Amino acid sequence: MSSSSSARPSAPVKRETFSSRRLFILSAIGSAVGLGNIWRFPYIAYDNGGGAFLIPYLMALLTAGIPLLFLDYAVGHKFRGSAPLAYRRLHRAAEPLGWWQVLVCFVIAAYYAVIIAWSLMYMIFSFTKAWGDDAEGFFFGNFLAVAEAPGLGFEFVPSVFFPLLLIWAAVIAIMVAGIRKGISRANAVLLPLLMVMFLLLVVQSLFLPGAADGLNAFFTPDWSALGNPSVWAAAYGHIFFSLSVGYGIMVTYSSYLKRRTDLTGSGMVVAFSNSGFEILAGIGVFAALGFMAQASQAAVDEVVTQGIGLAFIAFPTIVSQAPFGALMGVLFFGSLVFAGITSLISVLEVIVAAVQDKLGWGRVQASVVVSVLVAAVSLGLFPTATGLYLLDTSDAFVNSFGITLGALVTVVVLAWFLRKLPLLSAHLNRISTIKMRRTWMVLVAGIVPLALIYMVANEFISKVSTTYEGYPDWFVGIFGWGMAGGLIVLALVLTFIPWSSRSKAHHDPEYDAVVANEAKETAL
Amino acid sequence: MTPIAIIMMIIAIVTVWGGLVLALVNLQKHPEDEGALPEEQAWEL
Repeated sequence: MSSSSSARPSAPVKRETFSSRRLFILSAIGSAVGLGNIWRFPYIAYDNGGGAFLIPYLMALLTAGIPLLFLDYAVGHKFRGSAPLAYRRLHRAAEPLGWWQVLVCFVIAAYYAVIIAWSLMYMIFSFTKAWGDDAEGFFFGNFLAVAEAPGLGFEFVPSVFFPLLLIWAAVIAIMVAGIRKGISRANAVLLPLLMVMFLLLVVQSLFLPGAADGLNAFFTPDWSALGNPSVWAAAYGHIFFSLSVGYGIMVTYSSYLKRRTDLTGSGMVVAFSNSGFEILAGIGVFAALGFMAQASQAAVDEVVTQGIGLAFIAFPTIVSQAPFGALMGVLFFGSLVFAGITSLISVLEVIVAAVQDKLGWGRVQASVVVSVLVAAVSLGLFPTATGLYLLDTSDAFVNSFGITLGALVTVVVLAWFLRKLPLLSAHLNRISTIKMRRTWMVLVAGIVPLALIYMVANEFISKVSTTYEGYPDWFVGIFGWGMAGGLIVLALVLTFIPWSSRSKAHHDPEYDAVVANEAKETAL
Repeated sequence: MTPIAIIMMIIAIVTVWGGLVLALVNLQKHPEDEGALPEEQAWEL
């Protein structure tokens, strides 16, 4: 590093890149395929028309998910920066959008790691079936030691704290190693492993007695559901969360792509891989639930659940009853751990990249400081007796008023106020095989905001009309509404903090060369 | 399984996994432009 006595700022370190398109695609799939694909999609599909849900799902994928994915790719790749820097380069007024996304990622990373830690412990519990005959009582009582009422306590639960510490140690090691040696390699190993493990789980589930009943429940279409607007809203809502769009991840990842990369061609592979995995998850989960229903002599609709209830109550019950249950438990919870880690590192990368750009720090310094800070918040707040209430509330509010509202504001600002879609469309088309022209712009400026407005309005009405989950007002006020509003205020504050003199916002010969090159190509 | 559930399962698999196959074929047809690789590798660690 050069001395500060030099009149001209030292040349910033070169921006890291994925060494190949394949590794970018693997990392983007790793980010998109997360816990939601396994524990959310099957229930959403079942609850919204079963087999008929495929129609709104595909419509949402093609008219909103993929267009928004390409918008993120275009911003990140054209402006070659973390979310705040990329949006700042797009237009000064857009910088707060980037910081908002960074802060949303901070909150998500803090609680997401906790669920991975639970899954890790349940992978181990699968060997002994530690939950016995009462999976629910074990989860909330013995394992999480959940307090009777929501609050902010610091009564630590060692069985969550230590696995969480282990998860953070692994994730910090990946982050410090950088894009090529850390994130790329982790995805190159964990994603194929996840696929193999999940495929084995699906095959095992399909051979369980009652599996056909579960698949019947999952795939039998309820065509009348197609006339229900809430079913379409559920499809659009699921696609937004499933593809990791609208909160900085794909902006950041695409900024590490080489200058000439087929953005849309790669994006199609990412989007359909994510959906392919979801369909597989639906088959595996419902085959297992069919078995559970038969074993407990109940109908499938009586045992169907999602989220924590599916993973930590229904699945342990299945593991206890199924032949080779221990193997099934290891495959299921191992899949959650791997899917979770590949998503967590992508969420953290949004923050690391932003800090690197803002302060002009190197990879190691930024990764260590950011990861340790997020880990400290995560370890300090969540492995406690009140951690579950906090996790539930922050997840609900950051999803509704962080990701969804943030995506809506971003799309409206870019499309309607700054009118940058023609510029971004031109960038996509200059280097990609699948062209995104007028239709893409209409979808991004029209369909996507409409779907997002509907979702935000729905969430706002439901959360205003009744206190979330009946939790105390002060608790929801601070950790729900307060947190969501605080992110917006903090995003504005971060925008007004000056960028370091070493920052790439001031001096980035690499980006300047790209801009000059593009100008030359356009002129030819 | 009922015939309609089997049909919907097949349609779901064929459309989604078929879409993935098409996307992969498209990518295969357009290999990475090695000429555009940066001359100097990015700094790391």
